Amino acid sequence: MTSTGGNKTVSTSDTAAAGTTVPGAAETSADAAAPRPVRDGEMLLEVDNLGKHFPVTAGLLRRQVAAVKAVDGVSFSVRKGETLGLVGESGCGKSTTGRMIMRLLDPSFGKITFEGEDITRMSQGRLRPLRRDLQMIFQDPYSSLNPRKTVGAIVGAPFRLQNIATENGVKKAVQEILELVGLNPEHYNRYPHEFSGGQRQRIGIARTLALKPKLIVADEPVSALDVSVQAQVVNLLEDLQDELDLTYVVIAHDLSVVRHISDRVAVMYLGKIVEIADRNDLYERPMHPYTNALLSAVPVPDPSERGNRQRIRLQGDVPSPLDPPPACRFHTRCWKAQDICKQVEPPLIELSHGHQAACHFPENTTVSATDEVAKAAVAPGAAPAGETDAETGE
Amino acid sequence: MTDTTPAAGPATGAGEAPTAFLEVRDLKIHFPTDDGLVKSVDGLSFQLEKGRTLGIVGESGSGKSVTSLGVLGLHNRHNANVSGEIWLDGQELVGASPGDVRRLRGRKMAMIFQDPLSSMHPFYTVGAQIIEAYRVHNDVSKQVARKHAIDMLGRVGIPKPDKRVDDYPHQFSGGMRQRAMIAMALSCDPELLIADEPTTALDVTVQAQILDLIRDLQEEFNSAVIMITHDLGVVAELSDDILVMYAGRCAEYASVEDAFHKPLHPYTWGLLGSMPRLDRERTERLMPIKGTPPSLINVPQGCAFNPRCAYKDLNGDKSTTVRPELVEAVPGHKVACHLPLEKKQEIWESEIRPKL
Repeated sequence: MTSTGGNKTVSTSDTAAAGTTVPGAAETSADAAAPRPVRDGEMLLEVDNLGKHFPVTAGLLRRQVAAVKAVDGVSFSVRKGETLGLVGESGCGKSTTGRMIMRLLDPSFGKITFEGEDITRMSQGRLRPLRRDLQMIFQDPYSSLNPRKTVGAIVGAPFRLQNIATENGVKKAVQEILELVGLNPEHYNRYPHEFSGGQRQRIGIARTLALKPKLIVADEPVSALDVSVQAQVVNLLEDLQDELDLTYVVIAHDLSVVRHISDRVAVMYLGKIVEIADRNDLYERPMHPYTNALLSAVPVPDPSERGNRQRIRLQGDVPSPLDPPPACRFHTRCWKAQDICKQVEPPLIELSHGHQAACHFPENTTVSATDEVAKAAVAPGAAPAGETDAETGE
Repeated sequence: MTDTTPAAGPATGAGEAPTAFLEVRDLKIHFPTDDGLVKSVDGLSFQLEKGRTLGIVGESGSGKSVTSLGVLGLHNRHNANVSGEIWLDGQELVGASPGDVRRLRGRKMAMIFQDPLSSMHPFYTVGAQIIEAYRVHNDVSKQVARKHAIDMLGRVGIPKPDKRVDDYPHQFSGGMRQRAMIAMALSCDPELLIADEPTTALDVTVQAQILDLIRDLQEEFNSAVIMITHDLGVVAELSDDILVMYAGRCAEYASVEDAFHKPLHPYTWGLLGSMPRLDRERTERLMPIKGTPPSLINVPQGCAFNPRCAYKDLNGDKSTTVRPELVEAVPGHKVACHLPLEKKQEIWESEIRPKL
């Protein structure tokens, strides 16, 4: 490790062993040992009724014959400094949502507000300066790094693209970031193929952090990694959040990883958010049947629990987003489904403090939710999926 | 099958025929490459009885899949050096001719691969592929084989099997494809079923369905199952015994209860500490194993795990010089580690367990 003056070691053994010392450059570094601050900061990102329909075309004239409703009206908000987890099965639209927030995909409808500014239709030119604050970590550390560029070029690219002046040159800045994520700064001139999967993911994270972004969308950041390395990267993401005051939107399918890193969790099913709540609320008192089913499907690494657990087994697969079931989209696989579920779409409403679910027959709630749902559902034109929602987690 | 007498004939004369249904002895699978000899599997031994499930756990590159392909005899002898003994139901496989092994494959032993999309032929219908496998081993007409294929597809829970039998793999969803794969593997009632990461590519809800399916089918056919996975949760749900592999060797072998409640190897502790768990209170931090798995060309001197082990200094320099042998520390519980048993039990109880 280079001996940058005033280094500070990021807590625990694992990262320290991997060579993480935080250079003095990270001025924001709070006391690493201190617990995370209470998240009552201002709203950083607000997403309102966001949707993405991919057209399906046919024939010579490429007429649109159908649409894949990948995301169909999701609303949520992310506070400064918090981590929002987006979970769901493959095809539920969680990655599409992430890419729309990044404006890598243009939304079909809805509104994205970042730091009070509407970025939904902002042109790429005006968006460019904003890219400094909005960054993404990709899933696959093998295909997201250009094999023909050195690590220095990859991590230094953001500086060049944004024309950012660095005090001691780009190289110095890059090496500081490499050190921050636990890589050896002397690897500046190496190529991605010389690194293992976990190290590559660290390179990707270094590139993301280069410009000290405010919001990071991490799309399955650890799912391509081995368990032991996965834990290293999860810890790294948490340390960096504390050091640099980052805000994360973490997209993942692994419910245990999401519980570990998120402050709030949103569960998606077929392009809609079915439940959103504080981490502990969601995992201890899940309301939506789908969340219950997901949680009970996770294999528990404790053999004595075998057979003791009550299991919910969903039948079949997720229906095609080309032609999603009407009303409640989960009714085809739901064991609680009744006629109303096939006719009236349950809105996403707050059933207890900070805990919203979209279900006619939610579990784990004392609120006579059915009435409330029915009341709200009478007017189908009413704003779906929570105008009220966002402000809840206080 | 398990009562094969020792006299029942070691054809190769390499060793005594075992009493277990499947016995692997000192299996070594090495690949010579330009960079050096890759010792993917380096002296692995285990036994498996019918009706039991063995879970093989380890990180990528620990030799899990190479072992399973070795048991099935799927390595190309031109670029892989396979040595040791594999006894399946009284028959030795390493020294057997490729033709003999081929006749066993599919009928006596079958495999479920990780990625059903790349392991099924895109050009033939799912039905045709099952029919082909069935007709190789059974002298039946096409109609009978087709009926059997439909029957198998129905059994693994594919709706309308008589229609789906004529579909191509790409017309199936991921979960359905994996079911079709299982139907194919089970079409000849194999006595040994090897599942190599059968659910890694699937969503949790589908994973739960597939694991239930494998469990039910095992009860029905009384087969021996080898479950290869990196997911400790999956192993805990299905296995009777667990073999933890590290750098091509067995680090720990124990019953599932012992492996999760009284593990003795620092690597197993590391695996347990690395995973966030839904069944426990959320911990503030995970406890990852430092570093990365070693290259199999330059396996560290002494204990292969020593560069990543937090307790290697408790043994003087033994861990870095002498390779620990797999010994039975507690009855039925084998571990390859230099630390004295009492010390390991103490560390587990006092340092590791409370943090999980």
